[in-house]
Amino acid sequence: MAKAILYDSTLCIGCKACEGACAERWGLPYNDQIAAEETISAHKLTAVIPHGERFTRRLCMHCEEPACASVCPVGALRKTALGPVTYDPDKCMGCRYCMQACAFQVPTYEWDHRLPKMRKCDMCYERQARGEPTACTAACPVGATKVGERDALIAEARQRIAEKPQDYYPKIYGLHEVGGTSVLYLSAVPFDQIGMNTNVPQGPLPALTWRVLELVPDVVSTGSVLLGGIWWITNRRAEVAKAEGKSK
Amino acid sequence: MSRVLRKITVWRAIFAAILLSGAYATYLRIFYGLGGSTNLSDRFPWGLWIAFDILCGVGLAAGGFTLVAIVHIFNIERYKPILRPAILTAFLGYMLVVIALLYDLGRPDRLWHPLVMWNPHSVMFEVAWCVMLYTTVLFLEFIPVVFEKFGWHKPLEWIHSISVPLMIAGVLLSTLHQSSLGSLFLIVPEKMYPLWYSPTLPAMFYLSAIGVGLAMTIFESWHSSRAFGRALELPLLASMGRVLAVLMSVYLWLRFLDLARRGVLDLLLRNRMETWLFFLEIALMLVPTVLLFQRSVRMRPGALYACAVMLVFGFIANRLNVGVTAIEAGSGTHYIPKWSEVAVTLSIVAAGFAIFRVIAHYFPIFEAHRQEPAPAAVGEPEANHIAVG
Repeated sequence: MAKAILYDSTLCIGCKACEGACAERWGLPYNDQIAAEETISAHKLTAVIPHGERFTRRLCMHCEEPACASVCPVGALRKTALGPVTYDPDKCMGCRYCMQACAFQVPTYEWDHRLPKMRKCDMCYERQARGEPTACTAACPVGATKVGERDALIAEARQRIAEKPQDYYPKIYGLHEVGGTSVLYLSAVPFDQIGMNTNVPQGPLPALTWRVLELVPDVVSTGSVLLGGIWWITNRRAEVAKAEGKSK
Repeated sequence: MSRVLRKITVWRAIFAAILLSGAYATYLRIFYGLGGSTNLSDRFPWGLWIAFDILCGVGLAAGGFTLVAIVHIFNIERYKPILRPAILTAFLGYMLVVIALLYDLGRPDRLWHPLVMWNPHSVMFEVAWCVMLYTTVLFLEFIPVVFEKFGWHKPLEWIHSISVPLMIAGVLLSTLHQSSLGSLFLIVPEKMYPLWYSPTLPAMFYLSAIGVGLAMTIFESWHSSRAFGRALELPLLASMGRVLAVLMSVYLWLRFLDLARRGVLDLLLRNRMETWLFFLEIALMLVPTVLLFQRSVRMRPGALYACAVMLVFGFIANRLNVGVTAIEAGSGTHYIPKWSEVAVTLSIVAAGFAIFRVIAHYFPIFEAHRQEPAPAAVGEPEANHIAVG
């Protein structure tokens, strides 16, 4: 079964322990200045962002049907059976279509490197493969970030909403967004109030391009026959005209 | 080349200035990365180099496949005199697109990766393969010019024997990737301004590419007739102008039908930057379309040329609107290209004009000097057209 993360904004105290643990896991520098940055970037793959009294956390959503993996021309991005969407920097040619296609603006780029890579959260793939929780989950002192099977986490999220309806906005973000994501959000207020994009389609994005791409064999076969046929007719007509002595 | 350098004119000075700034921008790109040479950001990862150099570059080179289809597949022989310049434009255009891609890719040394690392679900993968294969086709369609010049008959016969399947492949590959450049944007419905996001993007990109291909053919015929002092094939270009008028009418009608069907016509009433840029784009296409229906316009070289130029600019406006304006609206950020992005783009365009001119000067591109062993009949070029013709 696929792993997922449940982030409960009502529990988050904004301590940013997850940010520090994430930086350590990636071997990235982390200090007060970086902690103050309220956006994800190539050197900060998760960010806790205050919205008034509340917090939200940005990280890769690990979509069930990720647009990034579908658009990558070299297949550097992949949705693993384990749940995380992983990235192979040795394949990447730097076209940045993943960044353009991501509905959540998650992939970030090493703009100032001569040989840059894309950077994003990989849900601690190798830790999870060993059965360990993600670094951010392990670091969270209040259990605002929790890792587990996606179905189990959805059930738990529903239970939390049912038990304390006064504390929760009665929806799970990530259940249907872009066809479902492996990072799920709970919040006390509507999700756009904690900076989540509520404007994303409710169905999987890759279907939008596949609908056209799957026609390619048909276009090629039909087109060959059609163009070949037209050439044959017009060419034959010209030959006949020539043979009959009617110069063009 | 010493002849080209003989006189210093305004155009040559501008040409040199563009190439110099392009060289410095290239230095920035190589040593300071995309961050040091562009205004791209995590929120706005595709800029001028994609929207102009790739989207417009490929489209402006569409005259090659359009004319091959007209002359060799539909066998309309009278268009033959303008076929070779169109193929040359296309071939150069695609080479320049590849060069632009080397600037834009984060890892240009991995340009070859799609050859061995496949993802058939990616539009970009399909475009990469089509562009690669079609550039090869264009090379083979162009190379007879070189064989003719040097009188190599054997390879000429060989090329001739495969020409029909080659040309059909060229038209199909163009159909696929010209439309796929529109499909690239199908996956970002939530990011694009609704005046441009449409499920019909692939079809619209294809139609407008054919249109601008014809417009570019008129454009380059006009310039080469002036630069090389040859007669303009006016009746031919005029009838092309008529086809263009009909084609663009269909295109514009479909654009508005699409807006109406998606129920976003009311967006045209909002006083926003996007609305004005949309109207600019439509005006640049609508005005020449209406004008081209007049016989008096089509039969006047200057007016015909002006219509073609307007259509080219309308096309460029459309691609820039799709690639920049529409995406910017949904990205939550602002993008204006850095000077170095503009310098690289201008350099590539200027290089394209210059190389076209040199090749057209030394090789039998125009019908007048076909079959001759050497282009002895070529007149002294007019110096002030080096950068524009």
